[in-house]
Amino acid sequence: MAADVLTPQIYLLCGVLLFVLGLHALVVRRHLLLKILAVNVMGSGVFMVLLGVAAGGEGGVDPVPHALVITGIVVAVSATAVALVLMLRVKAATGLARLPRSGPED
Amino acid sequence: MPWMDVMADMALAPWLVILPLAGALLAGLWPAAARWWGLLTALLTLVMALLLALQVHAHGPMILDLGGWAPPLGITLVADGLASLMLLMTAVVGLAISLHALGYLAGEGRGHWFWILWLWLWAAMNALYLSGDVFNLYVTLELVVLASVALVALAGGAAPLVAAMRYLLVSLLGSMAYLMGVALLYGAYGVLGLQALGAQVALSAAPMLAAVLMTVGLLAKSALFPLHVWLPPAHGSAPAPVSAALSALVVKVSFYLILRLWLTVFPALPLSGLDVLMGVLAAGAVLWGGLMALRAPRLKQVVAYSTVAQVGYLFLLFPFLRAHPEGWKAVVFFAVAHGVAKAAVFLAAGTLQRAAGHDRLADLGAVMRGRLKTSFALGIAGAGLVGLPFTGGFIAKWLLVQTALEAGLWIWALVVLGGGLLAGAYVFRLLGPAFEPGPADRGRPLPAVMEWVPLALALLTIGLGFAGTPALSLLARTLAGGGG
Amino acid sequence: MATGGYMLLLILLSSLLPGVAIFFLREQQFALRTALNLGGATLKFLLIIALLVGVYRDGKTYSLSVNLLPGIDLVLAADALSLLFATLSAVLWLVTTIYAIGYLEDSPNRSRFFGFFSLCVSATVGIAFSGNLITLLIFYEILTLATWPLVVHRGTAESFRAGRIYLAYTLLGGAVLLGAVVWLTLLAGSEPFTAGGYLHHLSADQGPVLIMIFAMLMAGFGVKAALLPLHSWLPRAMVAPAPVSALLHAVAVVKAGAFGIVRVLNDVYGVELAADLGVTLPLLLLAIMTIVYGSVRAVFADDLKQRLAFSTVSQVSYIILGVALAGPIGAVGGLVHLVHQGVMKITLFFCAGNFAETLGIHRVDEMRGVGRRMPWTMTAFTLAALGMIGIPPLAGFISKWYLGLGALEAGLAWVTVVLVVSSLLNALYFLPPILRGWFSRREGPWPDERHGGGRLETHWMLLLPTMAVAAMALGMGLLASLTISPLYWVTFIVEFEYGYDHIWRAIFEWETP
Repeated sequence: MAADVLTPQIYLLCGVLLFVLGLHALVVRRHLLLKILAVNVMGSGVFMVLLGVAAGGEGGVDPVPHALVITGIVVAVSATAVALVLMLRVKAATGLARLPRSGPED
Repeated sequence: MPWMDVMADMALAPWLVILPLAGALLAGLWPAAARWWGLLTALLTLVMALLLALQVHAHGPMILDLGGWAPPLGITLVADGLASLMLLMTAVVGLAISLHALGYLAGEGRGHWFWILWLWLWAAMNALYLSGDVFNLYVTLELVVLASVALVALAGGAAPLVAAMRYLLVSLLGSMAYLMGVALLYGAYGVLGLQALGAQVALSAAPMLAAVLMTVGLLAKSALFPLHVWLPPAHGSAPAPVSAALSALVVKVSFYLILRLWLTVFPALPLSGLDVLMGVLAAGAVLWGGLMALRAPRLKQVVAYSTVAQVGYLFLLFPFLRAHPEGWKAVVFFAVAHGVAKAAVFLAAGTLQRAAGHDRLADLGAVMRGRLKTSFALGIAGAGLVGLPFTGGFIAKWLLVQTALEAGLWIWALVVLGGGLLAGAYVFRLLGPAFEPGPADRGRPLPAVMEWVPLALALLTIGLGFAGTPALSLLARTLAGGGG
Repeated sequence: MATGGYMLLLILLSSLLPGVAIFFLREQQFALRTALNLGGATLKFLLIIALLVGVYRDGKTYSLSVNLLPGIDLVLAADALSLLFATLSAVLWLVTTIYAIGYLEDSPNRSRFFGFFSLCVSATVGIAFSGNLITLLIFYEILTLATWPLVVHRGTAESFRAGRIYLAYTLLGGAVLLGAVVWLTLLAGSEPFTAGGYLHHLSADQGPVLIMIFAMLMAGFGVKAALLPLHSWLPRAMVAPAPVSALLHAVAVVKAGAFGIVRVLNDVYGVELAADLGVTLPLLLLAIMTIVYGSVRAVFADDLKQRLAFSTVSQVSYIILGVALAGPIGAVGGLVHLVHQGVMKITLFFCAGNFAETLGIHRVDEMRGVGRRMPWTMTAFTLAALGMIGIPPLAGFISKWYLGLGALEAGLAWVTVVLVVSSLLNALYFLPPILRGWFSRREGPWPDERHGGGRLETHWMLLLPTMAVAAMALGMGLLASLTISPLYWVTFIVEFEYGYDHIWRAIFEWETP
């Protein structure tokens, strides 16, 4: 019984944790691949929160968040693809897969 | 008028998304004719946007469930005053950008990529303006980002690629924060529609957290000081039509989203210091962007920093939001006036850059003297940025100052007036080289359209100077949320 | 009400359209440019005469309004004061155009020069015909925009510096003015200019706010009127070519400022309310300080154009002094000086331009013996300078006479002392060039003689306009009692403003209080 109530909570908590971890890596890591992975980790965190939300409602599992997650995954995959291509181009143009420290913050 | 009655039944809104999307598809299928597909699309979209604005003005907001599917499963398009004004501004500027690109990209082998991406961007922006729920807004926002990033990268070369990468990462970060906010909102209320959320949101932890996450995420995308660092390189190094699209339109997209959220979803939340914080950041943006624009050595950099400064005005929205019920309209009018003027300035800069082969301000004098029409476009649209009379910028400045004084927030009136002075300084600095002694030189031969389009758009900023009343009455037909 | 508003629009367009067309002419298209210039100037002159006939003989009213924002219109209207200023601008524009064509012969960028020159005149006439404060503000800002290119026209480092300073002052003034106008519009709505003002109905506790707004308005208009301490752009702006100094800095720009102050005092606040608020006395003191300060600086300026510029700083404040006396007779003196000073100062600047262009004379001590070489120009200079000093029966005397009477009427007899001191200072800086020019003998060649051997002392396009304006300055004094004189006209305006059926009634009432 307790597990039924607790499961969504764990999802929510893990989701938030992933989001924060991803955010940390996005800011701290300099290699572009790591930054792109960090964004994906953040995305997974949000999806997890949505899954927790889906399970947490009364009267069974809510299908709408699942639809959102599926759409979200499609969007994330596209964004990742664009980012990876861009990273390769940056590598080809500058020789480094990282952003030069030109601005006060990256 | 009878034709108005017929129009009232027509569902125009979907066409504003379908047309540019179809244009992008056709441009991809027939790369050789991509430009003509682009131009046709731009014209048709402008007609649609105009008709929609008339329709909304005459009959009030239009709500359409796509395919007859009701939310939450179906997608709802909402065309109200705010949306249709933004659509119209996008369409007008979009047509100008398309025409200018005809000349700017002439003879470039990979030109069709511009058309595909640009029409895609246009479709995504239109879809965003018409979206009626927070998740759809997320999807369309991502589409806008991906298209804009690809457009920035289109120029090739290290600087644009790095700028595009930085822009993409900042945007993705913002999107993730926004999406987390969507999840929180759905978790709390079980609905996604803007109106439905607005009716339910009350002061509690989940919506507060969602509001903060979404707003901060979108701030990064709108490049509000001090989150602006990605903007000047991205806008300054892209091809001119792309710079114009980014500075005039894409920046407004995330601003629009913030406005929508606070107008419809979060009116029940107190601002509790957010207004002052935003106001301070806005003032910082106006000051910092203005000072950087005074120092930047290249024409397009100056214009890009000018965008940083003018984005600051947009965020005076927050101080106005609770203090003055009509305040947001002043800010929206400013967004429209800035959109048209900034596009004209960037397109004129692109023309001068193409003619001279560079855009170093100190060496542009000869070409500025030789290309009078373009210099005039720069001058008139520049006057629009400063907010000098007879331009839309003047009306916008008037409305902002009036709003601030009416609400008793004179300090923001000072920010607006002071920002106008800084803008005056950098705009006249832009024009300075034209008055140095020396010969006139038309530079490299260019298609005539590259000279006429910036001028036409600049003259349109004068037209906007007389469009205050109709624009405000269109904005009065906006769906507000919560109790309103 | 909106009968014949198109006339006002036509008058604006008669300089705007030729101006825009001129920009796109090539440098060599001399004949076409001249035709456009003179055609526009003549057309504007004729249109203004038609307007005058319409207003005074047929009793028509002219106004045109375009909506800008809910409750706020752009209004063009022709009342007596606007006609006075518009006529002055149109007449002097015509004369200056001829002068400028002669002056700028063979110099580069003439199309650009005449283009912006025409825009300036359009803005000035727009200021004249502004029917409410917002319209006035709009054209006032346009004038800033259109004058800057003329200040930097020569493209030298010095002119860019002058341009920067000019912009800094005028844009700042414009921003203050915008704030003030928005504020006032919030309080009282966007009312048309009304003789006697439209702010009476505001409650008494708005007093401090109204005083604050008044101060902001004065600061905004004071920049262009070169009121102390906002004057220092004016002497620097003298790097511009002589016709610019002549028309803009004698008439258009500084008068736009003074005109704005007159409008605010007479037709927005109304003299009565302004006096009740106690704002006229500080304005009066400021005007007096500017008068004295400008004159003193002029005495010590060696460069002829600098001297004239400081003289402008001083003389424009006579106008403000006149209206700030807050009485009908003083107002006559101030307003008539708007015209008189314009005509006399433009004569002086034309003369200075003639000296510089013909003989290369820029400094006062170089003027020795110039009377023998250029007797016509020197005569014009003498007439205008004596007029400035206020020697009867020249135009300046009429102004000062009314200003003095006005001061007595207002019970401020000490102001007449200021007038006397200022006249002495005027004599101190105008007599040396006159005396040197006529009675000293030149030794050695002129600094840079360019126009020699002709039958006339200089190019006819320089000489003719100079003589024309000098004759006007003379005529305005000699024929002041005619019904077409500026004095008569100004009297009419003031009678209307103060509600007298004849100005002399004011004097009788004042003598038997």
